[in-house]
Amino acid sequence: MNLSWLILAAPLAGAVVLLGYGKRFGRSSGVIACVAMSVAFVAALISMRWLLAVPNGGRSVHFHLFEWLAVGRLHLGVDLRYDPLSAAMTAMVTGVGLLIHIYSTGYMEGDPRFHRFFAYLNLFVFSMLLLVLADNLLFLYAGWELVGLCSYLLIGFWFERPAAATAAKKAFITTRIGDTGMLIGIFVLFASVHSLYIPFINRAAADGSITKTTATAAALLLFMGAVGKSAQIPLYVWLPDAMEGPTPVSALIHAATMVTAGVYLVVRMNPLYQLAHAAAMVVAVIGVATALYAAILAMAEDDIKRVLAYSTISQLGFMFLGAGVGANGAAVFHLITHAFFKSLLFLGAGSVMHGLGGETALDRMGGLRKAMPWTFAVMFCAWGAITGVLPFAGFFSKDAIMASVWAGGHTALFVVGAIAAMCTAFYMSRLLFLAFFGRERWSEGVHPHESPKSMVIPMAILAVASIFGGLLNLPEGLKGAARLSGFLDPIVGKANEKEALGVVLVMWALAAVATLGAWFIYATGDLRRRETVRARLGPVNTLVRQKFFVDEIYATVIVAPLRLGASFCAGVLDRRVIDGAVNGAATLVSRASEVWRKLQTGFVRSYAVGILGGAALLVLYVVVRTR
Amino acid sequence: MNASNFPWLSLLLLIPLAGTFLVALAPRDDALLKRLGLIVSLAAFGVSLVVFTRFQVGVSGFQLIESLPWVKDWGITYSLGIDGISLFLVLLTTFLFPICFLASGRVDKRVKEYVVALLLTEWALIGVFLAIDLVLFYIFWEAVLVPMYLLIGIWGYERRIYATIKFFIYTLAGGLLMLVGIVTLHLAVRSHGGPVTFSVQTLLDAAPKLPFGTQAWIFTAFALAFAIKVPMFPFHTWLPDAHTEAPTMGSVILAGVLLKMGTYGFIRFAIPFFPHVAKAAAPYMMTFAVIGILYGAAVSAVQSDLKRLVAYSSVSHLGFVMLGLFAFTLQGGEGATLQMVNHGLSTGALFLLVGMLYERRHTRAIEEFGGIGAAAPLYSGIFLIVALASLGLPGLNGFVGEFLILIGAFGTNRLAAILGSGGVVGAAVYLLWAYQRTFNGPITRDENRTLKDLTAREKLVLAPMVGMMVLIGVWPHPFIERIGPSVAAVLARVGGR
Repeated sequence: MNLSWLILAAPLAGAVVLLGYGKRFGRSSGVIACVAMSVAFVAALISMRWLLAVPNGGRSVHFHLFEWLAVGRLHLGVDLRYDPLSAAMTAMVTGVGLLIHIYSTGYMEGDPRFHRFFAYLNLFVFSMLLLVLADNLLFLYAGWELVGLCSYLLIGFWFERPAAATAAKKAFITTRIGDTGMLIGIFVLFASVHSLYIPFINRAAADGSITKTTATAAALLLFMGAVGKSAQIPLYVWLPDAMEGPTPVSALIHAATMVTAGVYLVVRMNPLYQLAHAAAMVVAVIGVATALYAAILAMAEDDIKRVLAYSTISQLGFMFLGAGVGANGAAVFHLITHAFFKSLLFLGAGSVMHGLGGETALDRMGGLRKAMPWTFAVMFCAWGAITGVLPFAGFFSKDAIMASVWAGGHTALFVVGAIAAMCTAFYMSRLLFLAFFGRERWSEGVHPHESPKSMVIPMAILAVASIFGGLLNLPEGLKGAARLSGFLDPIVGKANEKEALGVVLVMWALAAVATLGAWFIYATGDLRRRETVRARLGPVNTLVRQKFFVDEIYATVIVAPLRLGASFCAGVLDRRVIDGAVNGAATLVSRASEVWRKLQTGFVRSYAVGILGGAALLVLYVVVRTR
Repeated sequence: MNASNFPWLSLLLLIPLAGTFLVALAPRDDALLKRLGLIVSLAAFGVSLVVFTRFQVGVSGFQLIESLPWVKDWGITYSLGIDGISLFLVLLTTFLFPICFLASGRVDKRVKEYVVALLLTEWALIGVFLAIDLVLFYIFWEAVLVPMYLLIGIWGYERRIYATIKFFIYTLAGGLLMLVGIVTLHLAVRSHGGPVTFSVQTLLDAAPKLPFGTQAWIFTAFALAFAIKVPMFPFHTWLPDAHTEAPTMGSVILAGVLLKMGTYGFIRFAIPFFPHVAKAAAPYMMTFAVIGILYGAAVSAVQSDLKRLVAYSSVSHLGFVMLGLFAFTLQGGEGATLQMVNHGLSTGALFLLVGMLYERRHTRAIEEFGGIGAAAPLYSGIFLIVALASLGLPGLNGFVGEFLILIGAFGTNRLAAILGSGGVVGAAVYLLWAYQRTFNGPITRDENRTLKDLTAREKLVLAPMVGMMVLIGVWPHPFIERIGPSVAAVLARVGGR
């Protein structure tokens, strides 16, 4: 049975009920939200089973809910598309979403706006599902904007803190810059094919009824939206700040789901990117550059959540690298395993913060593995997954991308990606060692303790997923059937995924070296070795720790001139010049009338003189003319 | 008389006018007078709903037409009619007035005159949108000015006299230009052997046959009058002053309905009467529209007074409407027509909200606030929804209009559409920045700690507005379906697609 409408309806109903009556439900708001999520998750599983029963090749169904509007050639309905790609995405979003909802009932315990948190969380899941189920670009865009709204609301959930409010606004505006590009991309496509339906556009791209130039323009503009939403260079700046939100939000929205929307978009529109080869290369280059750049920043970051934020940016870069070189199946595979292990990392970080009374500085952690054994165990699994240790999930998915890059002959991209992967192993090991190994450095009066069951159980489930997620898509060389790829291929196209043992060995060796390096610097006793390394690096260390001053550069080069310009418009141009001209004209009229008024003295004799003079002039004029 | 030719439009027009007499004769009991105003405006709303149900979907021309001769020698008639362009503007008018009366609880100065002024404004506004005779239209057009002048001048704030005189003279000057245009049009049609008439329907056929030069002059006169009313950059400077000094209900009506007289004038008269000139003027109009969008957003962003900020945002939003109107595509034209209604709802609601804040704290300076989201959660939540509607978030009304306008403009003028899209980012900047400074962060002033959240009456005022925003945003089909044919008919004249 296909229940895609229910997948959408359940979280929407939850959000509406909680927004309207959440206060009355109080503590049980969490339960309501979790029930809504469970319904959605079960519906997603049932629909997935249904889809699997359909023979491969015919797995794409369309649902028309209602007519939205029709203007000229623009016909838009609220239409859903359920196919392997949206099935995989909905299952992941509802599954991870459910776990994070459950975790949140523990994490947000005692918050005065508890009910509102769950209302926003439900609304977010609805919006994300709308994004992945939409059959036309308009509703994809609607979901896209609504997840942005939820992100805004949840980053700024503790809006009393100025930093949270600023981060929320920054996230919304930065992503909206990208979204505007995406909107223009939608216009370009409509002007070209007169439809906004994704299958129609993809078919037009495949059969060549879109010109290559148009496809390139549209693909690049759509990618602008992806760059904003998925926090790639140059619009990534909002994501590290977004860590001001409650940690479950960082896990769900800013790691597992929303930020992957950009990858989803590129994969979904893959025929367009196949046609626009140059645009696809831009995607790959931006992806790999971001992967390396963010990994470098993560190596020098001291805030546990921000390390994970940079890590997310970097991992998304890997996904774009994959999508850019046409390895869409691998990109989606990595998207899903990343959702498991990255949300786990965030939940683990949240658990650490919970145990340490809100502490986020790695400098004030250390030796936590004894106090928080469960958290340590799950974090270890996540570490294995992201670093790419066999048999953890990340090994299969990241290496699938790298193998495709290599097989496609993109040597330069491969080298940069490999260095980024090495940095990944380093910063992740560094985080693990700083938090759980070495000497205890937490502040006075802090008593680390393990988190409640409602938090540990979801983490444990995600840990299992992080270990065994690779089974979803075991490479054929390892006697697997590449099931996920086979499932997705009809939608995303078959990629050049040759198994290369060499690639695997190189990636492994790099990760091992980086891990040992991190062990040497961070895992032992005090942090003296770290100081030595920092001193050696000198200005490089400063530059990286200051994030290459990008925020400052944006503030000076973009924000300040705009602000100055706006002030000029408001203060000088509007008040003095334009309004000045209006008032000036009025003054002129009234001055002129002053002059005329003086003539009206009210004395008959002066009027008589005037009449006489006028008559004389007239006579003179007539005489002169007739002469 | 059977129901099919019952003069519903005349009845609609008569109700607020009769209401003014009723109120004028009623005893000076403030509560009673306000209630009377509410009842009269609700009655008008009820009749407008009847009009809505009798309105035939799929018809492009005027419906429910009534026509009586007035000055025979000049061909002046009392003619009313409604089509897809005016339908929702009339409904917007009759929808907003009951809300205004409901929200006027705090008015205590010369209440009788206040109610009379509001009802007269409603009467004249309905007349503007229903009149299909140019002389009748002109009379209503200028008739709006008088009660509005009084509303700002008597019930306004400190600099109300300066503001109201500026408003009056500026828009009166525009109106007189239009009068010259109307008379010239009449005479020109006559002298070219056309009919002796002021009827809109007849002139729709006759006006485009005039020599291009004559058309150009008359178009210019009309366009100036409408551009001032919209107001289009650079004729907008009366607006922030008028809004800032006007009482809350004055601002709601001004932004909600009055400004649409200008955009309505373009699509009803200037464009279909003079399609060739309009086509030639389109690139310039779109240029000014785009400047207005970006300029309005920029100036909004740096305002320190909330009400002024909302006022400048109107310049930006109406820039969108103008962009859509002169795109000459179905999406642009229908989007613009819908956006007139959308702007009326969202900006009207923003002014109501700012007014509620002013009633509590007697200031509108953003710096006086900060952190009040914690003190008044419901108020701040509604404010956010309205702001999001205004900045074009999907799911709310503003998005539908903006999206249609931009996708329509892209069809004929890519650069204008791309630059105009910048306004989408601009709106997020000025609204969310203002929102942050007003509602987020810690509470910095003690007066704000005890700020009262929405009262039951205020909830009643805001609920229908928010409801409409959601309805249009989620299901625009019934609106677009009615707007469509009439806009298409106008665009067919300019060769629009």
